[in-house]
Amino acid sequence: MLKDRKLVLLDDGRRNLLAGVAQLKRILDGEEGSFSAEQYIHLYTAIYDMCTQASPHLYSQQLYELYKEVFDDHNRSTVLPSLMEKHGEFLLREFVQSWEKHKLMAKWLNRFFNYMDRFYVPQKRLDPLEEVGRKSFVELVFDKLKSRVTSMVIGVIDDEREGQLIDRALLKNVLQVYVEVGGTSIDFYNVDFEQPFLKGTADYYSKKAQTWNFDKTCPEYMIKAEECIQKEKERAASYLHSTTEPKLFEDALFELIIRHEEEIMNNENYGCRVLLCEEKTDDLARMFRLFSVVKDGVLPISRIFQEHVNKEGMSLLKHATDAASREKDEKEIVGLLEQGFVKNAIELHDKYIACITNCFQDKTVFHKALRQAFEVFCNKDIAGCSSAELFAAYCDTIIRKGGSEKLSDEAVEEALDKVVKLLSYINDKDLFGEFYRKKLGKRLLFERNRNDEHEKMVLSKLKRFFGAVFTSKMEGMINDIALSKEHQSDFEEYISNNSELKSPVYLNVTVMTSGHWPNFKNYDINLPSDMVKYVEIFKVYYHSYKKQRKLTWIYSLGSCIVIGRFDAKPVELFLNTYQSALLLLFNEADRLSYSEIVTQLKLSDDDAVRVLHSLSCAKYKILNKEPSNISISPNDVFEFNSGFTPRSRRIKVPVPPAEEKKRVVEAVHKDRKCAIDASIVRIMKSRKVMSHQHLVSECLEQLNRTFKPDITAIKRSIESLIQKEYLRRDSETANTYRYVA
Amino acid sequence: MRRSSKKSSSSSAAAATAGPTRGVSKEIERIDQLFCTYADSSSSVIDPEGIEMLCSHLEVPHTDVRILMLAWKMGCEKQGYFTLDEWRTGLKALRADSISKLKKAFPELVQEVTRPSNFQDFYPYAFRYCLTEDKKKCIEIPVACELLNLVLGLQFHPQVDKLINYLKYQNEYKVINMDQWMGFLRFCNEINFPSLDNYDSDLAWPLILDNFVEWLREK
Repeated sequence: MLKDRKLVLLDDGRRNLLAGVAQLKRILDGEEGSFSAEQYIHLYTAIYDMCTQASPHLYSQQLYELYKEVFDDHNRSTVLPSLMEKHGEFLLREFVQSWEKHKLMAKWLNRFFNYMDRFYVPQKRLDPLEEVGRKSFVELVFDKLKSRVTSMVIGVIDDEREGQLIDRALLKNVLQVYVEVGGTSIDFYNVDFEQPFLKGTADYYSKKAQTWNFDKTCPEYMIKAEECIQKEKERAASYLHSTTEPKLFEDALFELIIRHEEEIMNNENYGCRVLLCEEKTDDLARMFRLFSVVKDGVLPISRIFQEHVNKEGMSLLKHATDAASREKDEKEIVGLLEQGFVKNAIELHDKYIACITNCFQDKTVFHKALRQAFEVFCNKDIAGCSSAELFAAYCDTIIRKGGSEKLSDEAVEEALDKVVKLLSYINDKDLFGEFYRKKLGKRLLFERNRNDEHEKMVLSKLKRFFGAVFTSKMEGMINDIALSKEHQSDFEEYISNNSELKSPVYLNVTVMTSGHWPNFKNYDINLPSDMVKYVEIFKVYYHSYKKQRKLTWIYSLGSCIVIGRFDAKPVELFLNTYQSALLLLFNEADRLSYSEIVTQLKLSDDDAVRVLHSLSCAKYKILNKEPSNISISPNDVFEFNSGFTPRSRRIKVPVPPAEEKKRVVEAVHKDRKCAIDASIVRIMKSRKVMSHQHLVSECLEQLNRTFKPDITAIKRSIESLIQKEYLRRDSETANTYRYVA
Repeated sequence: MRRSSKKSSSSSAAAATAGPTRGVSKEIERIDQLFCTYADSSSSVIDPEGIEMLCSHLEVPHTDVRILMLAWKMGCEKQGYFTLDEWRTGLKALRADSISKLKKAFPELVQEVTRPSNFQDFYPYAFRYCLTEDKKKCIEIPVACELLNLVLGLQFHPQVDKLINYLKYQNEYKVINMDQWMGFLRFCNEINFPSLDNYDSDLAWPLILDNFVEWLREK
């Protein structure tokens, strides 16, 4: 049943509504209770009627305008004046309050005007009512007050920065107003608050930076800076809008740190370099943290780090060189250097790896800097020894110490681990391999306390780092020794089974596969018949089961135990084969001249001198020499010294070794030339045609694992291969080569 | 091979109507006769002595580059010896059957050889000509220096001058091979001298030239 509706005239409607609005205001001010249901319906219906009445009593437009009028009037006459008279914190509170009230008012009015909002507004494509109210507030209240409020807020924040306690909740609410007042966008917040705030922050910190620079030293400055930045972060989380946080952080960081980057890093007393020298871990870590936020911010630090490590390394080098220059004996030099340089280099490396972990969060750029620094000074020669040789000598020392139980298994493994790491910095890896192989040979043949486990352990490490080709020969050497041991027991059985072969001489033979072992210089010698007999027996035995192999005897590596029957007591002499052969001559004659000895043994003069010296002019005088000076001349005569009385029953008579170092280096260089040739042929064979630059770079890459080839050497190789007609220059394209099948 | 010029074509045209090319065969006869004046009777080749005589008649020193060019034209294989076939080939091509004609043919021969397309062929030929033994592939430094002067001296005097000085000064290389020899020509043709600004040792230049450039730059 349709009620008979009374026509609502405009003036009546207006009056009613304005009365309702006034009531609403009183309710909001707390002077009255809420609307009753009747009042609510009454107002709602009035509006409804006015919007649905037939023309000319359709008052939608007027109502729309009225709505706006209400807010404008309210804001102009009530809200703004009230705010204008407040100051300080009261202003802020009132500011927040006024927005809250506005929101409530809008909520209620929207309920009344709901019908219009749902139908008239969209129909006419007008701003929704909420927008209308908001815009009014913005135009008439917010815009008029924003600069005051903003500078107030910034002032309060600055107070907090200076250490005062502030009402954070209030600030949060104020800023919330800024956000909400923008409706869907936070432009108001950004433009009217954030921008001035950030600028203020920048100003604040730039001033601070100036003061601190005068008062505080660098590490303290950084501590303070870090503190402030932390606080800003916390502030942002606490009462600023979330989008402000990153910008704030960046700005503060910039003002405090980045702007002063140069000064901080390069400060004479506290800069990065100094911190590294003084190992100030905390300060370095802090510096890293602060700079790592900015892109590439830590690059300068890494560069200073690299320079520092380089400097340390070079000074290490210099110390070692100086120490070596005071030493005359070559063998001593190597010993000095490998302990002085290699050991210290390893310690340096450990120190700076720790530094990278502790201060620089293990970042790759620092590892790279470390590597580059080490590559520079680990490849320099020291006092005529290449670094490759020194590293090999160092490994040798460790393994031998491990064998003689001076170091535990774990210590050996640890030390070797560290050496292998540094090996990757050395360019001449193949040179290291050769020296190591030579030392390995010596160890396998002569060392009494040999630990095969350790040897195998090192090889497996080297294999992992440098590839199987690098270690295959060395593995072969170890196998040879093991095999020889087995065969030795077979040989002894063979002899014992043959009664006519038995004799007081006990022969132990080690068979080495020539490809695996480094070249040993072999001096020819005429052995005494007893020894020759046994050599022959072994030959027969060996050929009985390995027919095709050819045996070459290397007497220079052999050792003998000879019993010297001196007047006082018999003494066991540990000698090498040549010394033994020489002494055995004195079984037939008491006195022998130099020339007789040389003729009978068929020794070269060099060798004869060395052997005779060791027996007659060195620590133990087993032979008497006429004349009794300490140099061997061709006119000397030697006699068995029956009066020889050493303190112990067993003595070792060493012979000084011949010059080896140069040979190793030469051998390696020869191998390198072959390696380069082979690499070039391999590359050209697969590519057929290649430009010069590409060929060179491919070649470098292929060989990089073993050594760093000289560009000149590669060019030389190419030329020789052209000469040998493996390649030719391309006739049409310049700088290109063709493979000649 | 050049086509017959007007002179002989007229005579050969006349002779053609008559029968076999008597004019041409007359030329061959004269060429052969000329050969015999210099050839050694027993070996029937012109030996070094004969060449010397030839040169004096031509009024050209026997170390002159024109003799080398003549050898090239003839396609001589062995240094210091001209065979009959080679003689015939050369003189026929030059259309010379007497000493005076041969002498007159020289300027044109020089022009022909220095044309870039021919020079690319003449230059390595000069090198091969100097290889004294069959299996040899290199020539000694002093010989190389002489040859360089002879062959490139006129065209590239400053470069050749410096290069010869360097070759005598250095002692790393005792001989020059064909690859290096060809490198010298490329160097003279391509590299600005004396600035050397477009020389790049990272390219495929022979090492001896890298060392040469470094030596020059140090001075």
